[in-house]
This record gives sequence, C-alpha cells and structure tokens, in this order.
Amino acid sequence: MTSITTSADRDSGMPLYGGADARFLRRRALWNRVASYLLFLAAAASVLVTVGIVYVLIRDSLPFFAKVSLLEFLTDTQWTPVFENARFGVMTLVSATLTVAGIALAVAIPAGLGLAIYLSEYARPTVREAVKPLLELLEGVPTVVYGFFALLFVTPLLQTFIPGLSGFNLLAPGLVMGIMILPYTASVSEDAMRAVPMGLREAGYALGYSRFRVAAKVVIPAALSGITAAFILGMSRAVGETMVVAIAAGQNPNFGFNPLEGASTITAYIVQMAMGDLPHDSIAYHSVFAAGLALFVITLSFNLVGFFLRRRFREVY
Amino acid sequence: MATTDITHDSLARIIAANRRTDVVMASIGILVLMVAGTLLGAVFIDLLASGWERLVNPDFYTNFPSRRPAQAGIISAVVGTSLVMLVTAVIAVPLGVAAGLYLEEYAAKNWLTDLIEINVSNLAGVPSIIYGLLALGLFVYGFGTGETILTAGLTLALLILPVIIVATREAVRSIPQDLREAAYGLGADKWQTVRLYVLPAARPGILTGVIVGLARAIGEAAPVITIGALTFIAFLPPAPLQIESPFINFDWLTSPFTVMPIQMFNWVSRPQAEFHINAAATGVVLMVMTLAMNALAIYIRLRLRRLQR
Amino acid sequence: MQRQLNTLMNEQFDDIPAPLGEASPATELRAEVRNLDFWYGDTQALKGVNLRVADRKVTAMIGPSGCGKSTLLRCFNRMHDLYPGNSYGGEIRLFPEDRNLIEMDPGLVRLRIGMVFQKPNPFPKSIFENVAAGLRVRGINAKKPLDERVEQALQGAALWDEVKDRLQESAYGLSGGQQQRLCIARALAPQPDILLLDEPTSALDPIATAKIEDLLTKLHKSVTVIIVTHNMQQAARISNYTAYMHMGKLVEYGVTDDLFTAPREQMTSDYITGRFG
Repeated sequence: MTSITTSADRDSGMPLYGGADARFLRRRALWNRVASYLLFLAAAASVLVTVGIVYVLIRDSLPFFAKVSLLEFLTDTQWTPVFENARFGVMTLVSATLTVAGIALAVAIPAGLGLAIYLSEYARPTVREAVKPLLELLEGVPTVVYGFFALLFVTPLLQTFIPGLSGFNLLAPGLVMGIMILPYTASVSEDAMRAVPMGLREAGYALGYSRFRVAAKVVIPAALSGITAAFILGMSRAVGETMVVAIAAGQNPNFGFNPLEGASTITAYIVQMAMGDLPHDSIAYHSVFAAGLALFVITLSFNLVGFFLRRRFREVY
Repeated sequence: MATTDITHDSLARIIAANRRTDVVMASIGILVLMVAGTLLGAVFIDLLASGWERLVNPDFYTNFPSRRPAQAGIISAVVGTSLVMLVTAVIAVPLGVAAGLYLEEYAAKNWLTDLIEINVSNLAGVPSIIYGLLALGLFVYGFGTGETILTAGLTLALLILPVIIVATREAVRSIPQDLREAAYGLGADKWQTVRLYVLPAARPGILTGVIVGLARAIGEAAPVITIGALTFIAFLPPAPLQIESPFINFDWLTSPFTVMPIQMFNWVSRPQAEFHINAAATGVVLMVMTLAMNALAIYIRLRLRRLQR
Repeated sequence: MQRQLNTLMNEQFDDIPAPLGEASPATELRAEVRNLDFWYGDTQALKGVNLRVADRKVTAMIGPSGCGKSTLLRCFNRMHDLYPGNSYGGEIRLFPEDRNLIEMDPGLVRLRIGMVFQKPNPFPKSIFENVAAGLRVRGINAKKPLDERVEQALQGAALWDEVKDRLQESAYGLSGGQQQRLCIARALAPQPDILLLDEPTSALDPIATAKIEDLLTKLHKSVTVIIVTHNMQQAARISNYTAYMHMGKLVEYGVTDDLFTAPREQMTSDYITGRFG
C-alpha cells in the first residue's frame, strides 16, 4: 500500500503548499483581487441605475418646471398639455391613480390578509406547498394580458350590473389590479406571519386561545409591521402599474375620484404621450418626465417605508 | 359574587364555537384561492376563446402585422422578443449574479453595503415605466442608441436586475457554511471557493431567478413603449448568423423592432373588434410562454428542495 | 538546504524551555504555540496557550465543551479569519522554517495545514472530484498526477478498495463513515504539513469510529496530526501526546500515557476520572 507522505517528502525537496507552484499562486492571488473588484463594480452598478433614473427625471423635467411653477403643478386641477393654453395640474392624474390603487387595495387587503392567515395558520404544509406556485403563476401573467382582460371581459361584465359604467373606467382596472397584486401582498404578509416565533403562538394556545384568537391576538399584532409593509409595497405597485390602466382606464385627464368614469393616471399619461411622436424639446415631452418624477417620488416613499418596516420586523425576530 | 361555573356544557359550547370560526377562516382562505385560480383560468380561457380563429391559422405565426386584421401576424414580434431577450439575458445575468455574489459573499457590514442593499430593494419597486423614461432620456437621446433592439434589451436588463440579484443572494445564502469551510480548509482562496464550490451549488436557485426575471421581461410592454418601439414593423432585423465570414453579424442590435406585448397592446387599443381577436391570440402565445417559464422555474425549485432534503 | 535548516533549527529548540515542565516532546518540532490569545469579538476564548506539536505524532486536545480546544485547533489553519470580529494575540510558529503563521496569509496557511470537520462535509460532486479538490485548488489539473494522487490519498484513508469502482459517482451516496474517510482523503491529497481533525467521529457510529481511529494510528507515521475530541478513551487510544484544556487555558500537556495514568494537575485528574466535564 502506498502511504501518504508529507514531512518526510518535504525534507527530500518536495515543493511546499502541496505542489502549488509560486507562479500559480501569484496568478491565483491576482484573480482573487480582480474578481473582488469586478463583483464590487457590478454591485455598485446597481446604484448607478438609481442615480441614472434620478438624473434623467430631474434633468428632463427641469425645463418643464422652468415654465410651470411647482405650485401650479401641485394645485391646478386641469391637465391639458397639448391644448392652446396648456394647464399642468398633476393632481388630475394623481386623483385617478389613487382611485385605481384604492380600489386595488380594497380587493387586495382583505383577500390578501385572509389568504395569508389561512396559509400561515390553517393550511397544512402540503397545501401551502401547492398554493405558493399558483400564486407565482398569477404573478407571472403579463400585465398587458390583464389589461385586455379588464377592458374586454371585466368591463362588459360589470356593465350588466352597473348600467352607467362607461367603456373606459377606473373600476375594472382597479379590480383587476387588486387580483394582480394579491399574490404579492399575500406572500409577503404570510412570510411575516410565519416569521413569528412558535413560542408566541404556544403561549397563546397555553392560555386556551382558539386558533382564530391566536391568529388575531398574537400573530397579527406581532407581524403587524411586516403586514403593513406588504400593503404599502402593494400600494406602490398599484400606483406604478401601467398597462392595465393604459388599456382599460382611458386617456381623459379628469380630476376626481369617480370609479365609474374613465380617467388618465400618471402612468397612462406617460404611455399615451410616448406613443405619439413627441418633439424632443417640447413642453409636452418634458411634462412626461415631470409626471414620471412625481410617480417616482410617490413610489420611492412607499418603497422606503416598506423597506424599513420589513427590516425592522426582521430585526425583531 | 357569583362566579361562572365551568361546566362540561359551557366548555363544549366554546369548543364548538371555536371550531366554527376555524371552519369560517379556512373557508375564507380557500375561497380566495379558488377565486384567484378561477380568474387565472378565466383570463386564459377568455383569451383562448376570443383569439381562437387566429390561433389555429398558421399564417398568424408567419405573417407580418397588417392593416387587414385577418392577415396580420406576429412573426416580427416573436423575432423581436427573442432578440431583445437575448440582449437582456447577456447583460442582466452576469451583472446580477456578480452583484448578488458581492452582496452575499464579499460585502463588509458598512454604510456602503447598506446603501447598495436599500438601493437594490428600491429598484425592485421602481415602476417599470420609469425604466422606460430612463431609457428614453439616457439611452435614446443621451447615448444615441436610438429606438433599437439594443436599447430595449438594455432597458429590460436593468429592469430585471433586482430579480436576479435577489435570487442569487437567496441561492447563495442557502448554501451551508460547511461547504465554504470545507473549501477554505483545503486551501482555496475566496474566489476559488466562490467559483468552484459556491456558484455551482447555487446554480439551480440562480437559474430559477433568471427564468422568472426573463419571463417578466418578456411580458413587459411599458418600458419598451416609451423608447418608441414602432408597432408596425413589416420586416425582420438582419439575421445574427450568416453564411459568409465572419458568420456573426451584430447589425440586428441597431435594428428597429417590435415585441409581443407591444403588438398586443397595439391591437387591443384599436377600436375595430377584429383587431381584438389578434390581440387575444397574441395574449395566448404570451401567456403560454411566460407561464411555461414560470412553471419551469417552480419545477427546478421544487426538485432542488427535494434534493436538499 | 532544507535539511540543513532543519538541523539548525533543532539545535535552537533545545534551548526553548518546554511550556509545561518536562512534558514537551523531545522529538522534532512541527509547530509551537506561544502565548496564544484569541478573542471572539470581546470574549476571550484562549488565554496564553503554550503548546509544542511534535512532528509525525498524534497530538490530542481534550477538555469539557467550551474549553477552547476547537477554537485552538481552528487557529492552526486560521479558520477564524473567515468571520469578522475575531482577533489573535501571540504566535503559532511553524517549523522547519520558523515562521509565525498568525502573521502569514491565511490562504497560504491553509494550503499547508489540512482540516477534517466534525460533520462529514463532502462537496456535492463525484468521489474523484472530492479528493481532487485540494489539488485543483493548487492548480494541479493534469489527468496523470490527479489520478495518481487521488488513488494515493484514498488508499491512505483506507477507502480505495471500497470506492475504486465508483469514483465518478456522487459522494453523497457514501455512508457517513465513508464520507468522513473521504474527507480525510480529501485533506490528505495535497500532502499537508499538519492535519487537523475536529471531533471527526462525533457524528459517526461505533464501527465507523473504530475504522477512523484505526486509520489515524497508521496515519501519524507520515503526517503530523492534531485531533480534538471529547472522547477521552479515543485520545488515550490513538494519541502520542495529550493536552488538557479548561476555560481557554492549557492546564496540562504531556505524553498521553503519563497524562492519563499520572496527571500532575488536580483539574486534569478530576476530568479524566469523570468528576466533571
């Protein structure tokens, strides 16, 4: 039997480091270095994306704000960028955006919460394993398909119940969007609930609580910041969602919160303008970026609140 | 003061009541699930029924878009989507995997790492249309890449970058520390440990993220609309491969294009109902593609989980 | 040249006082721990440890859990450097060239000092690739040397006969004991100066344990072995020297037979007679 030799061989001139030669080790050290720099650059590049977004939004909306005062932008209730005497009250678009997002949340909060409680507290693991993929499939449906569904299926369906509903309206896209963000809100809140330590639940059961009472009095309060984060992030998605409203909500910039009428949201406005041929230096072109900036600020604040709520929640458990 | 006696009867009542709430709660959950599942089915069946007459016509897959709805097809959209996805994958996969590896394996706990993490999480929540504005302001007019396949691929790559970063991080995080210690114990340095042991072990998880990300990119219309993707494209980009030397041709990168979600959006926005049939048919193709990709990702993950047990 | 250096060093060693009385080995030194301190953040885990490791002998480290024996072992290949916040004080000198490995590049240290862990941790690769891993890490990729050294290592780990017909199969198909011997083969293949074993049999059944102990008694003829164990009988059976540690300090160090039959310290005596630990 051949025996392993080390020290003895070393004395007879066996190379150090188990046979790695110096040139190889130098090359290895160099690659190690280069790799760590390259990986860092890749991670840093993700910051450049944000920087790029902020830069472009500000740069291209500055000419807009040179002509339209911030006060007018935020308080006017007319949005008529291509009219002779154009008016730029972004609240017109914001009102429609919030209406749609509100309807979406009215669907997604109760349904998402109910589903999350069911999955985290009631469902057997096998059920949960089967349901999560279904939710992921729902999340994977292209938004343009949801838009088609809202315009050509949900709206006609609703019109049979609500005679006054116009062909373009905020209700149908809002409902569809609620279904769209449901998988996300449900799975994020379920993660939060499942992260609540079993010990807390056991304490509840030890007091004689029923399963529902444990869910309502122990799990939900303990997971509240995580659940809140889920809905804030869901809200952010609804606000930023584009294709469903671009297809089904219409393109009239109407100030108001009537879900039965069509109205242009921020995102729908951007799409509408982008589809036409925009002269590069027109105020209409810059108004697109001003609307984009408003959208970015709104979603960014939601996202940051959601991020820190989730992070605080993770730190607690 | 009279105390309530705990009798057998009162306990039984409480237990029965608890059981009733349990049933109600479970029913709510199952109901939501059924509604969601039914809707997924309804969306698909609605599209299938509306688009059937075009779906069964082979011309639909080989024709260019047309003013006459009965002759319009999706060939240019299918080719456009494929080429755009190629660009997206080539850019987003290396960049996203590298960034994920950095954050999980290399990053020290400091403000810079914190900043990058907040940034990635925020990017994941930036509306896709904003990426479109970035592309319009920076790529189309800034770098002068125009309304081309390259611009669209680049834009969608940035859009799915967070998806790939997050998937990479999760896959890398799930690898037991044992494996790293074994590698370091053998004398591997960091890059060898990552390249030879961590990355191969994380590959299925990363692959899942890449597929989910690309499926999302395939379905995205908004950011591609803003860069002015033309919707009436009656030609194909130059072929990437050619018979003459040098065999590979990069002219297609700078070609105008359309993609499937845009083609669908274009048709659904027409007032004529005939075009809606084309839109529905395109929607079926789009859904089959994205759902198949998502299903594949789920399958890989389930198999991976079974292997890990 | 190398041999010259070695003798030169040996003369020096005679002048260095043995850390704990006469206990230190009179044979050649492979490593010497001098006043080693170690901190996990603010917690001091090792306090002024002195220990001389004899060349081509088995040195065992025993003591109650939390005494710092594994911590000390992991200092030898700088495993602690993988995690932030850890710090060393003192020296571990490596012979024959007499360098302080605490000040060396940890990657280079690990190229010379192999390690086998508590739980078998083969890579999710074939049996062959597991054993070849350490060689590939050193840039050895040619088929012939790989084949030779993989066979050599597997024979050295007494595993060759069991796996020679299925080298390309996954290492996960092996039993726990075989996996651990595979890990020993993996550590041996690059021919380390010192082989560290961190409770290598604690996750194994008695039969697999016996096989590994048998292997270790053969191994030390050619390689310097340091083993951490909390099985005293194991230390008594397989080691030449034993160190007893308690609360981060080295209490007693000596020839194994002496330490177990005539411990000099009351604490050692209490521990080996089972009064605590």
